[in-house]
Amino acid sequence: MKDRLTLLLFAAVVLAAPLLFAPTGAAYPDLLQRFAIYGIFAIGFNILFGLTGYLSFGHAAFLGVGSYAAMWMFKLLTMNIIPALLLSVIVAGLFSLLIGYVSLRRSGIYFSILTLAFAQMSYNLAYSVLTPLTNGETGLQLRLDDPRILDGASEAGTLPSTNLFGFDMKEVFWNPNILGYDLQFNWGYYVCAVLLILSFWISIRIFRSPFGLMLRAIKTNQTRLNYTGVNSRPYTLAAFVISGMFAGLAGGLLATMDPLAGAERMQWTVGGEVVLMVVLGGSGTLIGPVLGAVFIRYFNSVLSQINEQTLHGWFSFGPDWLTNGLVVIVEPFVGKGWELTLGALFMIVVIFLPGGLVDGARRIGRTLTGANRRAAKAEAA
Amino acid sequence: MDAILLQLLNGLDKGSAYALIALGLTLIFGTLGVVNFAHGALFMIGAFVAVTLSKLMEISKVVIDPTKVDFLGNPAKIKTPYVTEWFGSFGDWMIDYTIPIAVLLSIPIMILIGVIMERGLIRLFYNRPHADQILVTFGLAIVLQEIIKIFFGSEAISVSVPAAFAGPVDVGAFLGLDFSIFYPAWRLVYIAFSIVVLGAVFAFLRFTTFGMVVRAGMADRETVGLLGININKRFTIMFGVAAAVAGLAGAMYAGVNKPVFHMGMDFLVLSFVVVVVGGMGSLPGAVAAGFLLGILEALASMPLIKDAIASIGLPSIDQIIIYLVAVIVLLVRPRGLMGKAGVMED
Repeated sequence: MKDRLTLLLFAAVVLAAPLLFAPTGAAYPDLLQRFAIYGIFAIGFNILFGLTGYLSFGHAAFLGVGSYAAMWMFKLLTMNIIPALLLSVIVAGLFSLLIGYVSLRRSGIYFSILTLAFAQMSYNLAYSVLTPLTNGETGLQLRLDDPRILDGASEAGTLPSTNLFGFDMKEVFWNPNILGYDLQFNWGYYVCAVLLILSFWISIRIFRSPFGLMLRAIKTNQTRLNYTGVNSRPYTLAAFVISGMFAGLAGGLLATMDPLAGAERMQWTVGGEVVLMVVLGGSGTLIGPVLGAVFIRYFNSVLSQINEQTLHGWFSFGPDWLTNGLVVIVEPFVGKGWELTLGALFMIVVIFLPGGLVDGARRIGRTLTGANRRAAKAEAA
Repeated sequence: MDAILLQLLNGLDKGSAYALIALGLTLIFGTLGVVNFAHGALFMIGAFVAVTLSKLMEISKVVIDPTKVDFLGNPAKIKTPYVTEWFGSFGDWMIDYTIPIAVLLSIPIMILIGVIMERGLIRLFYNRPHADQILVTFGLAIVLQEIIKIFFGSEAISVSVPAAFAGPVDVGAFLGLDFSIFYPAWRLVYIAFSIVVLGAVFAFLRFTTFGMVVRAGMADRETVGLLGININKRFTIMFGVAAAVAGLAGAMYAGVNKPVFHMGMDFLVLSFVVVVVGGMGSLPGAVAAGFLLGILEALASMPLIKDAIASIGLPSIDQIIIYLVAVIVLLVRPRGLMGKAGVMED
């Protein structure tokens, strides 16, 4: 019952996002779509890391593979996104089965390093040997002479755009003006939003299932689990493949948004970014990964646009020396330096708040309601 | 033959960087049991010590000489670096030998940074899961890299090597062979330097009392502690030493490739692979694997071998050979080439 409420609330927020995000200046379709896509990526990663504790640095490889698979569908079959997304999930699933089978024979640090090595290996392969498949450095792009068997001849001289049964992904279908904000509702975001809600629902189901319980048992004490006669490897492998498929879906969606796929999407730093998202939001929680993804993407686009003039505008309330001083102090942390803020924030969260933002909110809530004191009293009694 | 020898040198060159970083990683893991994702960043900071020094050396006093004009007809400006003005020809020598001086300077700087890092941050993570250690050092690596980016920008900055080592030298003639191989002199210096540093670290651990205590602590920390030895303090110092080794490697490397802010991350992944192949916690293993993988990588990129591999129908593997070797080693012999039985075998 509580889960159904969470899901409903989540769905409501996601569907109303173009309206809700309007005051924050983030309500343009491109960014919202990225929120949803990275949310899906993070939800999938959380099923592996949050539940089993296996820290993978290689999930960028699945994201990249998903993008490539989707692009091939766009090139060969049709610009409809359904076959593209299906193929990207399937290919990423198979790929993660292969990598997971090998990597999961080790645990702990070794697992992290193995996934790191595999991600870097896929990246190098995409750049060199697999050029016929990946188009190397240029990346895979749509071309006018692609076959696209199902679509028939396109208009001469223009590249077709991605669509869902004729609904153009980029098309803004409703452009109202509410409360002075110019809102844009487009198909692309709603495709991503529906998939995000679906992913969230799957994640709830996994969290509450016996399978999810088994994954948690692996995180808590794998040795003990093994002694009780449970072979944990099929469970971790299943979690790995599921999270790989989510990553593939996210990769495919990135390609539907902007039809090109490059190898840089497979670099291990991209895999590091999803780790940041999940840990920052709160690994092992339902909503945490999505929060982390939105948080990082939002600050990525907003903080990185702030420049010196904006800062001077903000701090113009005081005397000149104060304004200039504040600008000098703050400037390294915004604009091009926003990654510094991200890194520092991430470190603070890991050191002081291992449960992430969700845990932080929960602690504040508990302090406010006095639940801590009650718990302490109960313990004393 | 000369092609093989050339690739061997390339391999040694790459391998010596891998070996130095991997040695530091292993020292930290062997003593404190911490996986340091920020070690690549320490290497990068070492390189930027050299960059900073060379920038400082270049600060010049500008005098306008009214008697001469430049090609635009303006009065010619004569720049004299302050070090030259203060120290005369010794100042010129200092500018020429920026990198070696930076190497010397980087030792105290890096030991300081290492000790601060251990006391201020890593100490909090001894009783937390390995995943948390990886996460926090990963965050630190991002922070250090971004700080360097703020100060030095995102472009690679070149640092000139001493003039005496600037050009290529004929290795063939030096070895008494009847053909000649030209190789950049500074890279040869780099290989020699790495071997000296590696030797020094091993000698320090093997022949000093301090080193003996550290080795004993690596074997059994608790017992050494019970004997009344403050092992934590020594391990902190070893963290500093490991940081210094990475910094030295970085400062020297500034002359091989232009330092850029993300160089640490680039080396980090490979160094981890090296450590794993060599055997987590084994110092000789890290060094051997560093050189081995460096040479393998160089040999795999030879046209001769590429053709041979292509002729049996396999795709070229020079880009991925290191990872391939790592995967095979981890699956066949999880403890690594020279790892002790029972260390991190799960």
